[in-house]
Amino acid sequence: MLQIEDLHARIGDTEILRGVSLAVEAGEVHAVMGPNGAGKSTLARVLAGADGYDVAGRVLFDGDDLLGRTPEDRASAGVFLAFQHPTEIPGVANLYFLRTALNSLRRHRGLDELGPQEFLALAEERMRLVEMDRSFMHRSVNEGFSGGEKKRNEILQMAILEPTLAILDETDSGLDIDALRVVAGGVNALRSPDRAMVVITHHQQLLDHIVPDRVHVMVDGRIVRSGGRELAAELEAHGYVGLDAVSDRQGAATVGVTP
Amino acid sequence: MTVGTDVVGDLSGREYPYGFVTELETDIVPRGINEGVIRSISAKKDEPDWLLDWRLRAYRHWVTMEEPHWQNVVHGPIDYQDISYYAAPKKQVGSSSLDEVDPELRAMFDKLGISVSEQERLSGVAVDAVVDSVSVVTTFQAKLAEAGVVFCSFSEAVRTHPDLIRPYLGSVVPYRDNFFASLNSAVFTDGSFCYVPKGVRCPMELSTYFRINAAGTGQFERTLIVAEEGASVSYLEGCSAPMRDENQLHAAVVELVAMQEAQIKYSTVQNWYPGDAEGKGGIYNFVTKRGRCAGARAKISWTQVETGSAITWKYPSVVLQGDGSIGEFYSVALTANHQQADTGTKMIHIGADTHSTIVSKAISAGYGQNTYRGLVKVLRSAQGARNHTRCDSLLIGPDCGAHTFPYVEVKQPDAQVEHEATTSKVSEEQLFYCRQRGIPEEEATSMIVNGFCREVFKQLPMEFAVEAQRLLNVSLEGAVG
Repeated sequence: MLQIEDLHARIGDTEILRGVSLAVEAGEVHAVMGPNGAGKSTLARVLAGADGYDVAGRVLFDGDDLLGRTPEDRASAGVFLAFQHPTEIPGVANLYFLRTALNSLRRHRGLDELGPQEFLALAEERMRLVEMDRSFMHRSVNEGFSGGEKKRNEILQMAILEPTLAILDETDSGLDIDALRVVAGGVNALRSPDRAMVVITHHQQLLDHIVPDRVHVMVDGRIVRSGGRELAAELEAHGYVGLDAVSDRQGAATVGVTP
Repeated sequence: MTVGTDVVGDLSGREYPYGFVTELETDIVPRGINEGVIRSISAKKDEPDWLLDWRLRAYRHWVTMEEPHWQNVVHGPIDYQDISYYAAPKKQVGSSSLDEVDPELRAMFDKLGISVSEQERLSGVAVDAVVDSVSVVTTFQAKLAEAGVVFCSFSEAVRTHPDLIRPYLGSVVPYRDNFFASLNSAVFTDGSFCYVPKGVRCPMELSTYFRINAAGTGQFERTLIVAEEGASVSYLEGCSAPMRDENQLHAAVVELVAMQEAQIKYSTVQNWYPGDAEGKGGIYNFVTKRGRCAGARAKISWTQVETGSAITWKYPSVVLQGDGSIGEFYSVALTANHQQADTGTKMIHIGADTHSTIVSKAISAGYGQNTYRGLVKVLRSAQGARNHTRCDSLLIGPDCGAHTFPYVEVKQPDAQVEHEATTSKVSEEQLFYCRQRGIPEEEATSMIVNGFCREVFKQLPMEFAVEAQRLLNVSLEGAVG
């Protein structure tokens, strides 16, 4: 579904992604781990089409080029980003925002728009997934939300917009254990054979709740190691420190951590 | 947060859908102002001597005054001798029935989307339609009269209800008040008059639609609303003008008087021609609006949405005289292209336990310059007075500006006065967030701006709130992309 080939991204003279390659198939959950500053969030934002980066390389999504397209086009194609820092939009009710978003996507796909009542019914059903109550929908988008509420709101949006590729950028950061359980429960409920997920985190803890099919380690703008779910536990035990030094010297292909 | 350079407006795509001119046979006085012109305006309107005297006193005072320049706007010199002070469509003036309205005029109002038919869409709203210097039709007068409400053009009221006009004319905005109010007092032509008797809730929304049509003229209307004890009324005004390269002056005066426990809600959606993308042409909208809460627990609420005009200069204010009276000011002002606005309010607390609320939302795009200027004045007598002011500015693009001049004068140590202010930008991150969810950029911008204004829009009557949002969206067209 998603094929990333030798992806580079820079801001000015600073190269942040230095040749990322990654393939994710439908139905799979991939975790991308790595220390702060490794380029994980940049990868997420570049895939979603954020401005401000000089990007080179190739990204195919369902066989079509992704990089030349606007963020709204990518969203319509089925790409969803759960933001690390969801922005506030004062005065715009969550309900209205979400309905506008869903209807924009539906319009783009040639489907009829949902009326307020139909949408409300859908939203209420999906809100149960993340244990949100109705009052949430009448508050302004993310305004005055706690960290946990913001993250739950991201997962709610994912549940309503039903993307084919969901990229979760540090969705666990700032969550206490209860909120983590709720968020992970929502994500797990949305796992499906038609949907791929890329879960970005630097804590192994999230992966106890959202069990990935593949784990990738990103250091200094490259994926330096890939493996099964056991790789996460290994990283938790040994940290990223060794990987960092080795990757610089030897390149990604030959990096190894003693099992 | 950084402002996105890709949301910078060259706004040249902005459309002004009301910029047409209607060919009307017009009675127009020669350009220039002097006592002769004032006498001739007064004679055309068949006015009583006391009113002519009042005009002449205003004029004699005006010639001693200087055009003010303290406001934070820039414009070329205005030649007051190069303006015609009276223009009236020749056919058909002052009717109360649609059948009598000139078909040309009717077509014009149809094109503006204003219903002067009592049968049509806005059937719950009575309309006074003013073209250039005169009122051409006022609807629903008969129905309103049943409730004892007088709603008619100012000129008609001078003839039919002089006893109601005379004590209140100039009682809130004296003819010496300021340069433009004095000019208006000397040459004012038409506008609306509304009187709601004691204990009456006006059975429908009242509205006036002002249209400048003739070239080389100014519009100097005057509106007076009086609500007697326990009465209430909601009044709306809208306006538009043709697209012209010259600047046209619109200097209005509005006076509101609310007696004990009376309530007046006054809403404006101002959409005068703003000039073109280079800042050529447009209306100079220099207006004095003031209300007086004359009795205890009276309430006056101003809501304005200012999207038009090359320059807007107005401070709808409330004099809180009665104990426990309430003044409110809710404002959205948008300046795009080269538009300038210097607007805000004055809340003068005289009575005890008087409360005022000010909410100002200023949006600047393109090269627009937007100034909030407000005065909260609490006199010694106003024990327990309270004010809350909130001023928010939103910038779209790097070439616009927002300015805030809040003045606070408190003589009563007991008073509580609060002021909050923010300036923000439509950020790239907000736009990216919306677009990532599938919402196209232009729609996202308008959603963010409308959200910014929501607190004010929710004060407007439903029909007007929809119109205000639509206007805002039209004004922002081309501001992104």
